[in-house]
Amino acid sequence: MDKNFAARRRRDLIIAAVLAALAALAPLFIKDVYVQNILILTLMYAALSQSWNILSGYCGQISLGHALYFGIGAYTTELLFTKFGVLPWFGMLAGGVIAAVIAMGLGYPFFRLRGHYFVIATIVIAEIGLLLFQNWEWAGAAMGITIPVRGDSWLKFQFMRSKLPYFYFALALCSLAWFVTWWLEDSKWGFWWRAVKDNPEAAESLGVVVFNSKMGAAAVSAFLVAVGGAFYAQFLAYIDPESVMGFQFSLLMALPAVLGGIGTLWGPVLGAAILIPMTELTRSYIGGSGRGVDLIVYGTLIVLISLALPQGLVSLFSRTKAKRATR
Amino acid sequence: MGLLYGLIAVGLALIFGLMDVVNFAHGEFLMIAMYASFFLFAFFAIDPLLSAPLVAAALFVFGAVVYLLVVRFAMRAKANAGMVQIFSTFGLAIVMRGLAQFFFTPDYRSIPQSWLGGKTISVAGIFLPEPQLIGALVSIAAFAGLYFFIHRTDFGRALEATREDPGAVALVGIDKNRVFALGWGLGAALVGLAGAIMAVFFYIYPDVGASFALIAYVTVALGGFGSVFGAFAGGIIVGLVEAVTALVLPPSLKSVGIYAVYLLVVFIRPRGLFGSM
Repeated sequence: MDKNFAARRRRDLIIAAVLAALAALAPLFIKDVYVQNILILTLMYAALSQSWNILSGYCGQISLGHALYFGIGAYTTELLFTKFGVLPWFGMLAGGVIAAVIAMGLGYPFFRLRGHYFVIATIVIAEIGLLLFQNWEWAGAAMGITIPVRGDSWLKFQFMRSKLPYFYFALALCSLAWFVTWWLEDSKWGFWWRAVKDNPEAAESLGVVVFNSKMGAAAVSAFLVAVGGAFYAQFLAYIDPESVMGFQFSLLMALPAVLGGIGTLWGPVLGAAILIPMTELTRSYIGGSGRGVDLIVYGTLIVLISLALPQGLVSLFSRTKAKRATR
Repeated sequence: MGLLYGLIAVGLALIFGLMDVVNFAHGEFLMIAMYASFFLFAFFAIDPLLSAPLVAAALFVFGAVVYLLVVRFAMRAKANAGMVQIFSTFGLAIVMRGLAQFFFTPDYRSIPQSWLGGKTISVAGIFLPEPQLIGALVSIAAFAGLYFFIHRTDFGRALEATREDPGAVALVGIDKNRVFALGWGLGAALVGLAGAIMAVFFYIYPDVGASFALIAYVTVALGGFGSVFGAFAGGIIVGLVEAVTALVLPPSLKSVGIYAVYLLVVFIRPRGLFGSM
């Protein structure tokens, strides 16, 4: 690629570093626990969406079953912790590795499918996972697992008094997911993935091993999402199948990337920064009536944004830039 | 039961299968139809069986309006068309659920007595619940009607041509929006029919659609996109598989069988059983 590309990448990295630093300072000014909670969720969804974006955005394999990996991350961590006393840090890694292995195992048959057949297969496999966990007695079945409180410690990744450690972990995870995306964007994998997305036949004929590059994207994506799942489980201190593996999670992971700009570096972060606070605020300010007004507002906004900006909010920036360039 | 899934899926087969538009609000269409049927019964004491055509007509209008207000714009998207369709209809589904909660409250409702409710009929020693039987007959009729409609009428040909190449269709003087609006109306009307019949023996609540929608997608994909007969066959297979799974596994796992069969079928035949796309 040319000089412009290199310059853009350097600029992206600097912007990200500045944003991360600003975010790290935010808790100094924001003491309100409710707002901190929203920030944590925003960062978590940004991280999840960024990871989802690797497979679905860059590589073009739209998955609406990523809740499976999220749930696997959450369950691996908590089962290891509650049943065998393994520290969540190891559980988190184990969950990530298991999710990546499963993603590759599933990829083997799945990546032969195209279009809607693939999307439905991903929904269905996550749904099978959900049903199995709901019926798995040893893993708590539909009741789920309550994580025993052992006091605040970094070792056990449990904090009751303050939410700040969770905030910093979520920030770190989000930064990691962003950095991995940034790094892969310019690697041979990044180029392969875009080639596979645009035209798999042409890519294959030029020597890209389409199958392997899809597998790579799936593994990275699943690993990061599973780590996110492990985090979420520790954060809530309670998990059940529906709340970590439900279909709505797959959609919630995809939504920020789609609204922000699918297959772009900044899309997921931007989408999450707007969507998640919006979701939480509508839920707490107008959702109290229990009559679904929050759903109406939330749904309407999704419809409007996706119709008005099919390429995501990121396209607003590039549009203004393009205008400036033509002047 | 299989034919009922078929009945829900037939409307989707038209929208999703033949027009290649993703409709994530299909389950919510069903929910609206069930409520319509319920209120016609509650306020005017019209039996769901009689109100079915009314509900279908109402849903026809609703489907066409949804197309004109939302889907038309979603299809215009040049980039990420698939995702735009998924999320605009998904947003619509959320709005519909919210509206249902707002106006109808989240309470579970059911139609206590109807001509069919709870009755059974004995055929050669096998007892069949009457509403399901009627549902099955309606389903077969709906499929036959749709098949005829797609393959034998000008409208059906226009519909398929429009999906294939909207540009060329415009050249021969077919209004793409009119054809698709009619297609959506028809698809929604078929769901309306399904909803009216199902209102007799299912609880009605704002989230009811979600539980059926996924199975409807699987049914359509199992049969293969672009095939009316495929969706019909898919419905029967799904029903049978579910019945068999329910015998072998605990009832809470009965959907696993359906999903597993779908995966098995597409691994062997990536285009579904009778798919052309």
